[in-house]
Amino acid sequence: MFTPNLWRFRTIPDVVPEIANLRQQMNRIFNNIAQPTQQDFPAVNIWEDRDSAVVTAELPGIDTDKINIEVIGDMLTISGNREIEVLKEGETYLRQERGHGSFKRKIQLSFHIDAKKVEAHYEKGILSVTLPCLKEEMPKKIKIN
Amino acid sequence: MSEKDLQKTENIAATEKIRNVKTFVPRVDIYETKDSLFLIADMPGVDEQSVDVELEKNILTIAGRVDPAEAKDKSIVYSEYEIGDYERIFTLSDEIDRDKIYATVKNGVLRLELPKAEKAKPKKITIKAA
Repeated sequence: MFTPNLWRFRTIPDVVPEIANLRQQMNRIFNNIAQPTQQDFPAVNIWEDRDSAVVTAELPGIDTDKINIEVIGDMLTISGNREIEVLKEGETYLRQERGHGSFKRKIQLSFHIDAKKVEAHYEKGILSVTLPCLKEEMPKKIKIN
Repeated sequence: MSEKDLQKTENIAATEKIRNVKTFVPRVDIYETKDSLFLIADMPGVDEQSVDVELEKNILTIAGRVDPAEAKDKSIVYSEYEIGDYERIFTLSDEIDRDKIYATVKNGVLRLELPKAEKAKPKKITIKAA
């Protein structure tokens, strides 16, 4: 019953960070229950490292000139329009599941973006935008004298 | 955008693969013209090499393999969609001429043209005065 882990906590103060961590994780789980709404297209994944972020989105079947990417401050805006086949006289849709129409999504990053160095690739229907952090904002290391 | 479920649906009935990736159901549009059936499937992340279209008897299977995202030396901080393979199975009627099926892939969209066999096309019958 008393696993080795419990012996690490000798006093109550030792437990507090673990409880705070647990609460943070529970919040994360419950936040994800919200269903994605119309405002949430396209779904994005965000990857980060020390000095840049990569935002990827699945946007199959769009011409690159129909996708707009804008960057200001710490906000990335992805918008565009996806059209589907327009049928001529005598043609009928038997099934229509693919989404279409215009979309716009604003994503706020945790740092200000260096707009001059942003790169975007669209390959196989996946848009990936690389956003480097503004150099002035990178944390400076402080030496201790 | 139309108010449809925006999450990808997992394809639980898909044939199990040895690779450890999830399989999703690609959304399709199917429309019919006078001469053929068109099937358009959204499969972001696939190109011509990684898509498989198979027709066995009357069962049409479309499948796409997607590379799981490379590490890129970065860690993922926020994720709204999952990455995985695609598979969907359809049953065709006899009215498709299976030798003339034509498939293209562009920007992650698979487009299949399934021409109707001669006998299924609507034929106009001329009426002569007797």
